[in-house]
Amino acid sequence: MLASLILIIILPFFLAAGLYLKSILIINENHLQDLLFSDIWKPAENKFGFAPFIISSLWVSLSAIILAVPVCLLSSIYITQYAKSSVLKLMQPVIDILAGIPSVIFGVWGVLMIVPFSVKAAGWFNIHTTGYNIFSGALVLLVMIIPFILNILIEIFRMIPEELSEASLSLGATKWETIKYILLRKAFPGIVSAFGLGLSRAFGETIAVLMVVGNVIQIPHNIFDPGYPLPALIANNYGEMLSIPKYDSALMLAALILLAVILIFNFASRLLIMRFEKYS
Amino acid sequence: MTTIITPKIKISELNLSIDKQEILKNINVEIPENKITVLLGPSGCGKTTLLKTLNRLTDLYDNVKISGSVILDNEDILHTKSDITKIRQKMGLLSQRPYPLPMSIYGNISYGLKIKGVKKKKILDERVEHYLKEVNLWEEVRERLHHPASALSIGQQQRLCLARGLAVGPEIILADEPTSALDPLSSQAIEEMFLILKKNYTLVLVTHILRQAKRIADYVVFMYLGEVVEQGPAEEFFSSPKMERTKAYLKGAFN
Repeated sequence: MLASLILIIILPFFLAAGLYLKSILIINENHLQDLLFSDIWKPAENKFGFAPFIISSLWVSLSAIILAVPVCLLSSIYITQYAKSSVLKLMQPVIDILAGIPSVIFGVWGVLMIVPFSVKAAGWFNIHTTGYNIFSGALVLLVMIIPFILNILIEIFRMIPEELSEASLSLGATKWETIKYILLRKAFPGIVSAFGLGLSRAFGETIAVLMVVGNVIQIPHNIFDPGYPLPALIANNYGEMLSIPKYDSALMLAALILLAVILIFNFASRLLIMRFEKYS
Repeated sequence: MTTIITPKIKISELNLSIDKQEILKNINVEIPENKITVLLGPSGCGKTTLLKTLNRLTDLYDNVKISGSVILDNEDILHTKSDITKIRQKMGLLSQRPYPLPMSIYGNISYGLKIKGVKKKKILDERVEHYLKEVNLWEEVRERLHHPASALSIGQQQRLCLARGLAVGPEIILADEPTSALDPLSSQAIEEMFLILKKNYTLVLVTHILRQAKRIADYVVFMYLGEVVEQGPAEEFFSSPKMERTKAYLKGAFN
């Protein structure tokens, strides 16, 4: 038991160390600054700028999370505070099924439904697009992370003791005031961590996004530009482009960056949680 | 039954069921003003539900059916059209365990006032100090008013909850086994406070602790399985109970 526990604890370090050792070749030969912030990606000329990929990833996952916040927050409040308990009984299996659908299915669905919708939506702003762009990627991600985040949020709101609401109501607060000032505050650390986990998940999601996001190496300038997120870069190229020297190493670095960003998200949300937990 | 001179709350023919299960059956009780009325009875007899009916917290339950009337200040609060939040502000609630709001000590007291529309900081400061003093908490917390309320001890938290209830200016205090989570000293502090508070407030206290009822009750309502078995002034109730079931309970035959 202890051995397996130790294994779990040191596994991430092994992961990071392995990735680092594999990518050391490219880190040694290029300035880290160039690698992270340059937008020139010409592996044949030994130029590896990761900025287009990092920024694409941020665009897709942040747009997805921004769209997810109101949807998830409002529906979890409705389900736990306003709806009859039978609604939750009905919703729970639906949410669970959604959460368990393989991501490639979301990808195919995205190609069929979201991509055409994206063309139409861009048309409203007089923008011409193929439909394979950040917007489509974000929408597909949104549908994927909603059940994941919603499940956590519902659990968080259900864990708040009813007596706390009763206390607020008995002081003359309305139901909405109670939700706004008391429940949301009480649940705040949990809400932050739910969206933090959702963001990490969105950032790392590969296949469904890859299928609709366009995979054009460029820094996207608006939401209807195509992009090329980090996980897609790795999945599309690993094992294929090994004729080009150091490509292998570059992809390992991409994986390392992905890991680092997700760790940063995790630490940031944990920090926020600690600051607010004191009062709840 | 002895007549009561000034009933503050008059409960008539109150029936309440949840999911078709009867919780309260034909309750008729008059709660006297400026007295401590104790709802006494074994666990699960409907005391807490009766208490929550008084400030309509029963609204929160699914599938509740209520009939009868609860008259407070000439108004049937079960069928009123007026603002339920105003009615709730007439009653402070103290629950079994203290549930401080997720904010500072100061915030806990000022919350209800802010909801009522008091905005001036000077008035809020004054009220916070006043009500913390009223529950003997001021000296203990004056240096850390803006610390989280959750950092207080359970006994202090319960007094804080009492203070925040008093701050909205209620006429009635509803207390649901308020000492069950407290140590003997904190319990005693709460009981002593109740004895002082009854000069200005009408108190309704739910308890299953017989000795507590004997110590502070003015009027006793004894409930069993959702019905009122017997009620009357405390002295009469404890010295010469009329019903067999009351006698058995007072002897400690069941709990």
